[in-house]
Amino acid sequence: MTQGSLLRQILEYENRHDPYPLYAELRKAPVRNEDDAYVVSTYREVLSLLHDPRVSSDARNLTQSAGIDLQGQQEEETTLPPSFIRLDPPEHDRLRRMTNTSFGPPHEPRRVHEMRGELGGIVSDLIAGIGSTDRIDLVEQFSYPFPVTVICRLLGVPREDESRFHGWADTLAASLDPMPGEDPTERNKVFQKARTELGMYLAGLIEERRKNPRQDMLSELSTLKGPDGSMTTMELLSTAALLLVAGHETTVNLITNGMLTLLRNPDVLERLREDPGLSVPIVEELLRFEPPVQLVPNRTTLADIGIAGVTIPKGASLWLVVAAGNRDPLRFEDPDRFDPDRKHNEHLGFGSGIHSCFGAPLAREEARIALSELARRLVNPRLLEDPPEYRRNAVLRGPRHLPIACDDIRP
Amino acid sequence: MPADGYLERLKREGRIVVVGASLAGLRAAETLRDEGFAGTLTMVGDEPYEPYDRPPLSKGVLLNRTTPDHTALPRRRALDADWRLGVAATGLDMAAKRVRLADGEELEYDRLLIATGVRARPWPHEREAELDGVFVLRTRDDATALQKRLTDGPRRVFVVGAGFTGSEIASACREREIAVTVAERGAAPLVGALGGVVGEVAAQLQRESGVDLRTGVMVTGLEGDSAGRVRTAHLSDGSSVEADVVVVSLGATRNTEWLTGSGLGAGPRGIACDAGCRAFDIRGIVTDDIFVAGDVARSPHPLFGYQFLSLEHWGNAVSQAETAAHNMLCKSVDRRPHMWVPAFWSSQFGVNIKSVGVPSMGTEILISQGSLAERRFVGVYGYQERVIGAVTFDQARWLPFYEHLIETTASFPPPFATVDRRPEGARPVPADFPDPSVPTHGPTVTLSGYSPADRRMTFTPGRH
Ligand SMILES: Cc1cc2nc3c(=O)[nH]c(=O)nc-3n(C[C@H](O)[C@H](O)[C@H](O)COP(=O)(O)OP(=O)(O)OC[C@H]3O[C@@H](n4cnc5c(N)ncnc54)[C@H](O)[C@@H]3O)c2cc1C
Repeated sequence: MTQGSLLRQILEYENRHDPYPLYAELRKAPVRNEDDAYVVSTYREVLSLLHDPRVSSDARNLTQSAGIDLQGQQEEETTLPPSFIRLDPPEHDRLRRMTNTSFGPPHEPRRVHEMRGELGGIVSDLIAGIGSTDRIDLVEQFSYPFPVTVICRLLGVPREDESRFHGWADTLAASLDPMPGEDPTERNKVFQKARTELGMYLAGLIEERRKNPRQDMLSELSTLKGPDGSMTTMELLSTAALLLVAGHETTVNLITNGMLTLLRNPDVLERLREDPGLSVPIVEELLRFEPPVQLVPNRTTLADIGIAGVTIPKGASLWLVVAAGNRDPLRFEDPDRFDPDRKHNEHLGFGSGIHSCFGAPLAREEARIALSELARRLVNPRLLEDPPEYRRNAVLRGPRHLPIACDDIRP
Repeated sequence: MPADGYLERLKREGRIVVVGASLAGLRAAETLRDEGFAGTLTMVGDEPYEPYDRPPLSKGVLLNRTTPDHTALPRRRALDADWRLGVAATGLDMAAKRVRLADGEELEYDRLLIATGVRARPWPHEREAELDGVFVLRTRDDATALQKRLTDGPRRVFVVGAGFTGSEIASACREREIAVTVAERGAAPLVGALGGVVGEVAAQLQRESGVDLRTGVMVTGLEGDSAGRVRTAHLSDGSSVEADVVVVSLGATRNTEWLTGSGLGAGPRGIACDAGCRAFDIRGIVTDDIFVAGDVARSPHPLFGYQFLSLEHWGNAVSQAETAAHNMLCKSVDRRPHMWVPAFWSSQFGVNIKSVGVPSMGTEILISQGSLAERRFVGVYGYQERVIGAVTFDQARWLPFYEHLIETTASFPPPFATVDRRPEGARPVPADFPDPSVPTHGPTVTLSGYSPADRRMTFTPGRH
């Protein structure tokens, strides 16, 4: 294992605020073998591997040791079965399909569509509650509580329990974000406790919803009986946990990265203020330019795969650096420029293929509403720290705090 | 540089006529404007409607999810065109560069694009075809009439031909709980396009959804009552079916009759063109000012042995139109070939079916992912030890991978393991396509070029 490998450097915290020069370095060899992993960084190659049925998401297919345990405690021993993000077809298809019947596929985004008004309401309340405008931590005061509240409403967590739920979610999210210098065993205990409590809480809620179903996802999933059968309680718990973790940690970063980018590009922010409709291409460009999920680790090859002149051997651990692919000059003209007017912006921000982001329609809607409302209501907003302090996590990358100030908040 | 000067003038003040104002015609026109054509653009269409989309006609419309007048194609940009709608082109004078219209007018052109597509093959017995209650489905008017009749609550619908359109119609009927019988000459639905192995899955889907599916039979006649309404369909096995709606889905005929005698290489198989969408004349010489795109075109494809392919595919119409439009305005060295890998989709009986490549060229099929029994699978077609096509049932997200295999002429059977490969996918089996000389409802890809193995084509010198 070479200490100074590019992969190592990308994982180094000091490079978190701007990994893009390292990605450019990576792309010089589209596929490289580093630290026992095959790192793929160019658009075409990443895209093709995301659609390659010789690539498995199931950890049980991994034969080589993956040099770096990047996920840290996310990969913690757990009694829950793997969620569909870590499964291959047919199990993946079955669970994702069943979850979809309640969430609504992209071409029929019923539930997301119906939530629009509610999303707007949550955003309004959060902005109204900001208080002093001299120093706002956008993460704590806005982009963090927003998606967690949304997940609560979506799953059907009763309002009175939302604050407890936020607490568990905070603890779990913090565990994705190892803090150096803290006692790991102590942290682990806290984390396990939160996990167990959340699990028990959800299990209780599922029991309750089985008896008295409502219009929420937990009810629908727990009473589902279709061509795919129904979900066991364990499957339902791991699905709920997946929705919870994947569904908010990413959106927080999308919104925070979004506001950071807009404040760095005041002309675009100004245009957004004039025309909220611009939020659609802005969010797409953000997903290319500053994707919340920077890389997709832990895929495994089921066969030797020849790609870009390299043969990736069977059983290898594969890391697909989507954020590097998103800035591949062979695919995107002037890739380091933030350009909401970009055409044919088929970014990899949501991945692609069968594991492409399940919550994409919701994430898009949340980010659009959040950013256009912030643009409209904050008067003369400005960054107080640039770059801000980042979270440690290299996979789910985003600021831990985003201190900003503004002159006033419009009604 | 006289040629350059000509192109500059063409772009600035030339006259371009597009015949066929549907998908290919519209997308070509938009591309012309995108690429800087500022001259006169005339769109000729024999239907009275602005360009509309056909796939929803057999899907959304029959399910009452949308109405035929809501199928207008979205516009990518403003066109500034002179629309001649409801007027057919009736002739072409290549020497004088004029298109004759049904109303007697003549349009001069510097460049002509032909995108007249295909029309539904009607029921061959004229009197029977005119019975009230007998339909075809190709146009907006067809869909309006059929939709209305389905909403009236027919006792039974009888579909002749189980190709994609026929199967989609049957699917819509079942979803609306209308009794439906489907008669197919081949051994199973979709066999012409996808072969017998996949056809068998389609047959099961239909039967389980309550379709009264009759395969291996021909419809010998349609009978009406004294009021001229269709009542009974007679089949070659001696049976008959009582139905008050009959939909004839026997494939399509290319709209080339209006070119008869023009000297253009146009016939029942379509209009032959080169890879750059330039039409051939009957002497096999490529024209410089006449281009073709969409269902009416047949063009050679390098991935498929330079066979001339006629494709009845939405995506092909778009891509070929864009290429044709580009090539109409540029120097020969800047022309692009139309090398689109054929791709097609359909949705029926709750299943999303997609294909790439030319499955109907395949001799063998291997189920590389999923399983036929679950009706969720990827089938890979092999031809002379290479991958030539693929089909997915509810597995569309994998398709780009298989498209890449086709494009790179990967070997067949694919030697590697894939996620979700089941024991049945260990070995290829015959794909089981019907003998191509036996007409079926028509695949959506037709090999229409000469192949050395094909001795059935005869050369008949013309007598002018
Ligand atoms: C019911 C239905 C469902 C379909 N579903 C799918 C699907 O799921 N997936 C898929 O890939 N494809 C599907 N298709 C095929 C797809 O719609 C066609 O490939 C596409 O419409 C081809 O476009 P085109 O412009 O080449 O031809 P057309 O759409 O046929 O348009 C040709 C136009 O030219 C007009 N015309 C003909 N002759 C003349 C003349 N002499 N003068 C003036 N105008 C003339 C015609 O009336 C017509 O309006 C479907 C087609 C139908 C009918």
